[in-house]
Amino acid sequence: MSTTQTLTAIHIPTPLRAFTGNQATVEVAGETVREALADLVARHPALKNHLFDEAGRLRSFVNVYVGDEDIRYLDGPATALKPGDTLSIVPSIAGGRG
Amino acid sequence: MLTHTAVLDAIREHGRDTYPEECCGFLLGTFAPEGNRVVAVQRVPNRRAEHRERRYTIAPEDYRHAERAARGLGLDVVGFYHSHPDHPARPSATDLAEATFPGYTYVIVAVRDGVPADLTAWSLAPDRSRFLPEAITVDDEALRAAQAEG
Repeated sequence: MSTTQTLTAIHIPTPLRAFTGNQATVEVAGETVREALADLVARHPALKNHLFDEAGRLRSFVNVYVGDEDIRYLDGPATALKPGDTLSIVPSIAGGRG
Repeated sequence: MLTHTAVLDAIREHGRDTYPEECCGFLLGTFAPEGNRVVAVQRVPNRRAEHRERRYTIAPEDYRHAERAARGLGLDVVGFYHSHPDHPARPSATDLAEATFPGYTYVIVAVRDGVPADLTAWSLAPDRSRFLPEAITVDDEALRAAQAEG
């Protein structure tokens, strides 16, 4: 373990805290958003089905923010993380009568 | 969910106001395993560009704003509501396909010919396979007492 890991705090929306042992914030390792989320679900496997679809892609309603920026407007899951960044998982909501 | 009459009336009124389009909004309150407590609602614009008579979308930025506003009141976003114009107050296949996380309360109000009708509440099953019906308990006294305690 010669390299320094980038640690990032991920803010967990309240309903998902049922899957993180009630933690509101989980500290994870990773150089990119993708790696940080992979570490999150490795630590809390019950989250996986709610964040990722069967093909391993982020579900369409799962939005990830680095600070105040939606990763869609950065580099998506490849967005690089710096020490001190905080991630937030934010749902968008959709549906309708059909 | 445990709520009070004014919350249910506000949802019905919103459904009437946007008819024939779908309305949508946030349920604010506190999470509880025995049933979320909903003390207020917040309207939000339907961000769908088209087919608003049968689809709705709430943007993540709107969620962040609502969450911040709720926190300021010592509350949380505990769920969402939307209307089904001229359609039953049951989750559709679209609602299930787009459902977010178990734990949130989803309220649906049917609006028939512009008049609010059935109002139902649901939560996503933990395995995401279906929506489970949630009982709606109206307890105006208990909520008034809780609000008075702050």
